[in-house]
Amino acid sequence: MSLILTKNEIGRLEEIISDNILDSGAEHVVLTDLSGNLIMERGSLEMEDIFSLAAVSAANFAATAEIARLIGEEDFALLFHKGGRRNVYFSRLGKDFLIITLFNDNVSLGLIRLKIGSAIQQMATIFEDRKGAGPWRS
Amino acid sequence: MAFIDLSKNEIQAKIVYYGPGRCGKTTNLLYVHESMSKQVCGKMVTIDTKGDRTLFFDFLPLNIGKVMNMTIRIQLYTVPGQVMYNATRKLVLRGVDGIVFVADSLKVQKNKNVESLQNLIENLNDEGLAVSQMPLVLQYNKRDLMDSNIPLLPVAELESDLNSGLRVPFFEASATVGNGVYETLREICKRTVKSVIRKVGGQITC
Repeated sequence: MSLILTKNEIGRLEEIISDNILDSGAEHVVLTDLSGNLIMERGSLEMEDIFSLAAVSAANFAATAEIARLIGEEDFALLFHKGGRRNVYFSRLGKDFLIITLFNDNVSLGLIRLKIGSAIQQMATIFEDRKGAGPWRS
Repeated sequence: MAFIDLSKNEIQAKIVYYGPGRCGKTTNLLYVHESMSKQVCGKMVTIDTKGDRTLFFDFLPLNIGKVMNMTIRIQLYTVPGQVMYNATRKLVLRGVDGIVFVADSLKVQKNKNVESLQNLIENLNDEGLAVSQMPLVLQYNKRDLMDSNIPLLPVAELESDLNSGLRVPFFEASATVGNGVYETLREICKRTVKSVIRKVGGQITC
């Protein structure tokens, strides 16, 4: 199955990401599917290897989900990597998508999680509106 | 799962190089990466072990031009060929749009080729995909060893072992020197893009 997003839908996704996640202080947000396709990105960082980031993040997320399954968990609630200058937080959007949020230590992880929760609810309506055309399953 | 972005008029599709361990999947991608212009192909990502065996996958993004005014972006992946990494192979196969099966021409690898192809068919079935519906190309690699003393499988035997039921295009190749690498890539890209466009039908004109 293929996913098709129109210009309006992409615009709406960008708006939700800007209003919720970037305005709360995140540096960059990347939306991918779990096959590793880059759906969109938004933020202030110059990301040269954005396609590689999307592919490796999707693989990392899938591998972590497999670890959860092997230890008898359905999923891990928190998938977060802390770096020296930059942190990355992964959150699942529906069953087939992934939000990758890059942020620095000026913003708390709690705020990022709160804002992403709100963004996910709004994004879900976009995908639910096109049930049958896309692979959205909540 | 291909992704079509109508705001950028872009199609993204995923092609996976599959095959037994040490058959030359990574070498195919390395040759493409080293010989293609940097405007066409992006940075290659490799997740391997200390012994240069692929642990998770290799990844190479390509921008191959336009079809029907849509920019075509292809993501090439390899899988780890070793038998014990089947869980990883299944993860990489997720959302695949086209497959290159790289077979090893060494005579001693005859059974490994058959087992790997069978494993591909089983893993696709687990994903709800049928090999007969999947764009697929076979590559018989290491044909340059024909001039050495190393016993190789004749192409007819490889065809009988691997392609008698599938009847898909095959290419003889020597990935280390690049023979057959682009022919294989061109054919699988063509088949994959055709398949994606056929599946989405008229939806990409909106």
